[in-house]
Amino acid sequence: MSTMKYPAFTMPESNARPMSERCDSNLTRLLAADEFVVTGELGPPKGHDAEEVRKKARMLLGSVDAANVTDNQAAVVRMSSIAAGLIMMNEGVEPIIQMTCRDRNRLAMQADLLGAYALGIRNLLCLSGDHQSHGNHPGAKNVHDLDSMQFLRMVSDMREEGKFQCGEEISGGGLQLLVGGAANPFADPAEWRPYRLAKKGIAGADFVQTQLVYDMECFREYMKRVVDMGVAEQVKIIVGVGPLKSAGMAKFMRDRIPGMTVPDATIERMAGAVAGIDTEKKAERSAAWKAEGIKICIEQIQEMREIEGIAGVHIMAIEWEEAVKPIAEAAGLLPRPIMEV
Amino acid sequence: MIVAEQKPLNEIKSMLKGCKKVLAVGCGTCVTVCFAGGRQEVGVLSASLRMSTDLDGDVVNVDEAIVQRQCEAEYNAPLEAGLDEYDAILSLGCGVGVQSLAQQFPEKRVLPALNTKFMGYPAEHGVWEERCQGCGNCVLHLTGGICPVSRCAKSLFNGPCGGSQAGICEVDATTECAWHLICENQLKLGLFDEMMEVQPAKDWSSARDGGHRRIIREDVRIPDEEKA
Ligand code: SF4
Ligand code: SF4
Repeated sequence: MSTMKYPAFTMPESNARPMSERCDSNLTRLLAADEFVVTGELGPPKGHDAEEVRKKARMLLGSVDAANVTDNQAAVVRMSSIAAGLIMMNEGVEPIIQMTCRDRNRLAMQADLLGAYALGIRNLLCLSGDHQSHGNHPGAKNVHDLDSMQFLRMVSDMREEGKFQCGEEISGGGLQLLVGGAANPFADPAEWRPYRLAKKGIAGADFVQTQLVYDMECFREYMKRVVDMGVAEQVKIIVGVGPLKSAGMAKFMRDRIPGMTVPDATIERMAGAVAGIDTEKKAERSAAWKAEGIKICIEQIQEMREIEGIAGVHIMAIEWEEAVKPIAEAAGLLPRPIMEV
Repeated sequence: MIVAEQKPLNEIKSMLKGCKKVLAVGCGTCVTVCFAGGRQEVGVLSASLRMSTDLDGDVVNVDEAIVQRQCEAEYNAPLEAGLDEYDAILSLGCGVGVQSLAQQFPEKRVLPALNTKFMGYPAEHGVWEERCQGCGNCVLHLTGGICPVSRCAKSLFNGPCGGSQAGICEVDATTECAWHLICENQLKLGLFDEMMEVQPAKDWSSARDGGHRRIIREDVRIPDEEKA
């Protein structure tokens, strides 16, 4: 932790159009109407089977307002987020396309966005991207032509000014995309994190989705700073939550995932869930853990609804998509409202 | 300075296949300071090559030389006289040195004995760290004197990413997060406000992305008629 004091900061006045006018996606309409939104996440397959995408999409259908489609997540090659997003859209789930600065320069980004828009995709999440050294092509050249702030600025200019990054006009006018970024409340320097969120808003983010939150105390403090700066009035903040699968997973996340904190109390609670169940009874233990993980997640969502400045939850249950529905249901988030144009 | 390290001996040996006699040429500047291609390294590498190729039964004779700055033709000129007897030159200069020799002595094969790594700084004895990628448009005035292009694994321009943890970069547990350091420096200098300004997309045309780079300074250039 830094010993130096960060200066006070207030979000500058925004001259952005009202949220409802920026984009015509379902997610935009709900955010504009101040509904507590629910987003989910879909990891495309490490192959070309459309049915895999459809299956996952069907599990999310009706439980979320829109779902992120990851872009070569963890720097592992997977089906393109735009292609998987289209398949998902055809199943009735609105996609939020993720795109990283790691794999594309500004030409490729803009070209793919034109294509995605032409296909009907309306929500975008702009990311730096995990470094390729962690993925399955560590020898790849990374791009980082733009960083995530510059990416946000570019897309917001493509919408508001109808111009490419170079300043030339986009034929047919601007891309009316809802533009989001990521926020990690628990990364370091801790004091910087609310400022970074503010900066994403200044760069043009309509919304942010946060990293998975387990440490409610820390998160409350972060949100207080964010709200005090006036960020939540301009940027819709969707909080990442996700069910833990086991005590081991909780510990792994605490100890091994950079930028992730899991409080000891949560780990103890997960461990306690299998008290009295023989270690040999693997299926029984797993079921008990999963039930507890879902329960914690539901309680967390209920707590989140009481925190000022939160626009919704992003339920991340990668490779456990069937957990999303019971969580949303028990948290009182179903049925999802549909807002027609 | 330019920081380099020696290639593995076996790789160098395989480059020398078919050579009977080579001239190993070190450089007295950057690669001497980083213990990769100075007089001493030329001596050790030459001896290793003689011994190792002898053991293999296909001995390569290695003579040794050193020039003060291999990247400038005038320093290399004295080598020319004796070059006839060599099948190749083995350069222990940086990539620029190797190319200077190759350009100057086009009839000779010039082989690289080093891997040129980066423009860097000796962090401690025996440790060198990259400091600059020659992006052609320096931003150090905006970043507290710390280069985000070469020292941030993602070359970010707008603050530390979500992977920065306890001052360490997400990419490698032994590397400091450049943006953490920049944050600290900007705070110390009372310049944190600058960190809140969205730095626009960089124009990479001044970097290698713009094609092969060259600087022409008419004020110091020698006119053609005087060159003769
Ligand atoms: S900003 Fe560019 S010129 Fe300046 S130190 Fe970094 S790479 Fe070198
Ligand atoms: S952790 Fe720091 S140095 Fe590493 S990529 Fe992120 S901002 Fe750059």
